[in-house]
Amino acid sequence: MTDTATNPITSGDATSTGDATRSSLETMPLGRAINAGLRKAMADDPRVLLMGEDIGTLGGVFRVTEGLQAEFGANRVIDTPLAESGIVGTAIGLAMGGFRPVVEIQFDGFIYPGFDQITSQLAKMTARHEGSLQMPVVIRVPYGGHIGAVEHHQESPEAYFAHTAGLRVVSPSTPHDAYWMIQEAIRSNDPVMFFEPKSRYWPKGEVDLADPHAPLHASRVVRTGTEVTLLGHGAMVSTLLQAAEIAAGEGISAEVVDLRSLSPVDYGPILESVRKTGRLVVAQEAPGFVSVGSEIAATVAEKAFYSLEAPVLRVSGFDTPFPPAKLETLYLPDADRVLEAVDRALAY
Amino acid sequence: MSYIDADHGVTTIQLLDPAGRLVESEAGSELRPYVDALGDDQLRAMHRDMVLTRRFDREAAALARQGQLALWVPSHGQEGAQVGVAHASRPHDHLFPSYREHAVALAKGVDPVDILRLLRGHTHGGWNPADRGNFHVYTLVIGSQTLHATGYAMGLTLDGKTATGDPEVDQAVVTFFGDGATSQGDVSEALVFAASFQTPELFFLQNNQWAISVPVATQSRTPLVNRAIGFGVPGTRIDGNDVLASYAVSRRDLDAARSGAGPRFIEAMTYRIGAHTSSDDPTKYRTDDELQSWIARDPIERFEAFLRSRGEGDAFFAGLDAEGDDLGADIRRRTLELAKPEPRSMFDHVYSEPHPVMREQREWLASYESSFGQDADPTTAATDGGRA
Repeated sequence: MTDTATNPITSGDATSTGDATRSSLETMPLGRAINAGLRKAMADDPRVLLMGEDIGTLGGVFRVTEGLQAEFGANRVIDTPLAESGIVGTAIGLAMGGFRPVVEIQFDGFIYPGFDQITSQLAKMTARHEGSLQMPVVIRVPYGGHIGAVEHHQESPEAYFAHTAGLRVVSPSTPHDAYWMIQEAIRSNDPVMFFEPKSRYWPKGEVDLADPHAPLHASRVVRTGTEVTLLGHGAMVSTLLQAAEIAAGEGISAEVVDLRSLSPVDYGPILESVRKTGRLVVAQEAPGFVSVGSEIAATVAEKAFYSLEAPVLRVSGFDTPFPPAKLETLYLPDADRVLEAVDRALAY
Repeated sequence: MSYIDADHGVTTIQLLDPAGRLVESEAGSELRPYVDALGDDQLRAMHRDMVLTRRFDREAAALARQGQLALWVPSHGQEGAQVGVAHASRPHDHLFPSYREHAVALAKGVDPVDILRLLRGHTHGGWNPADRGNFHVYTLVIGSQTLHATGYAMGLTLDGKTATGDPEVDQAVVTFFGDGATSQGDVSEALVFAASFQTPELFFLQNNQWAISVPVATQSRTPLVNRAIGFGVPGTRIDGNDVLASYAVSRRDLDAARSGAGPRFIEAMTYRIGAHTSSDDPTKYRTDDELQSWIARDPIERFEAFLRSRGEGDAFFAGLDAEGDDLGADIRRRTLELAKPEPRSMFDHVYSEPHPVMREQREWLASYESSFGQDADPTTAATDGGRA
């Protein structure tokens, strides 16, 4: 198990922009923004509680919950036994008792022991009760590669959960979204899978503490362009922005859409963008076969067929197990692989 | 000596022997006050719950044979274990069943037709626990509910709804599971969490000796009650066909759990007289000798003998038989009258809050249905090719 004891999520204090007219803005890393969002949610609602492995005294292996047990007590930030099914299953029981549990799964690849409780129980509980029971449970999952870790620590399992009716699935790409989306996920009366791009825990970004800017399930254009649309979520968004910048230097105008919500998908901004550019490249760290990117490619082909100048192209992890860390840069799509797809799309 | 007759050094608490006579024993002496405090009305109520559940079971099995249920899950033989713990629980306790706890369900106020809605294919649940004595809906993935129960019990502790010393306030949770479920990881994890957080909870194991076709010896080579102590949870084995033993030990253990003493575990030794479900054929894996040996230990006959020995007359038992026949007829009539679920209801409660995919697919189905015309049954029109 990887313990990232030296990570700077909470060691780097938030820095104010010092601009009096923008006093609601703070700069902080994404992990710290989730910490701040959790703190706000817990202060706003005494029924919110956190549970997971090593999240209390230690503050989580990524320190995302650091300081919260000291602030809110061991009854609201609960160090659980090491058992993912047990954590999710007891969170369900707590939600039946009117609590709003926020569960931390320590790493993406450790979610599977809890898979049955998530898919067969949590996701179906409201339907099973014909609406008389709500399941306001959030499951936080640090996911994705780029951290050079051992097996089971770098995976992108989001498609399993997007495929499961009854779950909502989201993934923030920026500290601002992380701060707001975790709070909105906690306010949701439905279960929410909250996928945190762990490689983005550390870079800082600006958070507007006064305005969420977009609802939980909205996709958003984060860079405008005219010739090709690049779509992704989580850590991939920064790669797409990097690719768009390089493309601009080559005279290609790329628009970037941050998916943000994987289930349900907000197709409005995506289709609007594709109808403008006529080309779509969907990128993700997860394997491509039966993935969120595949689903979106199919839907865009159905709904924007006459606007397309080229087939929707997918850029993804290979259909292999996540490789040993020395090979991860080959497995994970980078800006060059995105641009290779852009070139193919423009060649039609 | 077969496994089920071996005691492995474990004491099995029995207060009423198979002939219906009260048993004097050292182990049972501390439990007798619970039994002695039972009045005639409560003893009659316990018998009534067992008899009516068996009558319900018989009617449901008949409905299944006639193709009116997709499946039936018999409870015959396990009524004593179930009614004992049901009567030991209080109205504000929460009970998390597996799917064979029909006697507990009826004792807690679940309408038998609620259960048949599930088995007739009308719902995956059937009732709102808050309206049915806090008896939760059946859970079909083996052992899953033990974690929900444990989480609920953790919440009682966090909310200060237990261990206050006020019997009107203190709540407990009962979770039901079978011998097969003890092999599931979820049951072990539930025991770990219950012990770690000292939940106000009773783990009620009905060891009916068979997990479909697999005998309990394949699940465990040690008495299952001994598993509990390994988790740090005090456990007691009882004669599960003795409703008084189930009642008394459950009362003692629930009082302890409510007082803040932590979780408790009961292994009720019983037997599934019928098949696992209406799709099962137990003659393929069980001997008739074994079956007959358990029929001789029937919980209802035993308790009737006990009540008669206390002076209960024929009128009471004849009245129960008549009430059972009325119940059977009522269940049959209302089951056959159940309205088919509204097709679009499948979208209604997938999420609690508005969801664009549910809205889109509900609207699409409505449009598709209307394309067949007003008179067509939308659930069969597609296969009948009945375009209007």
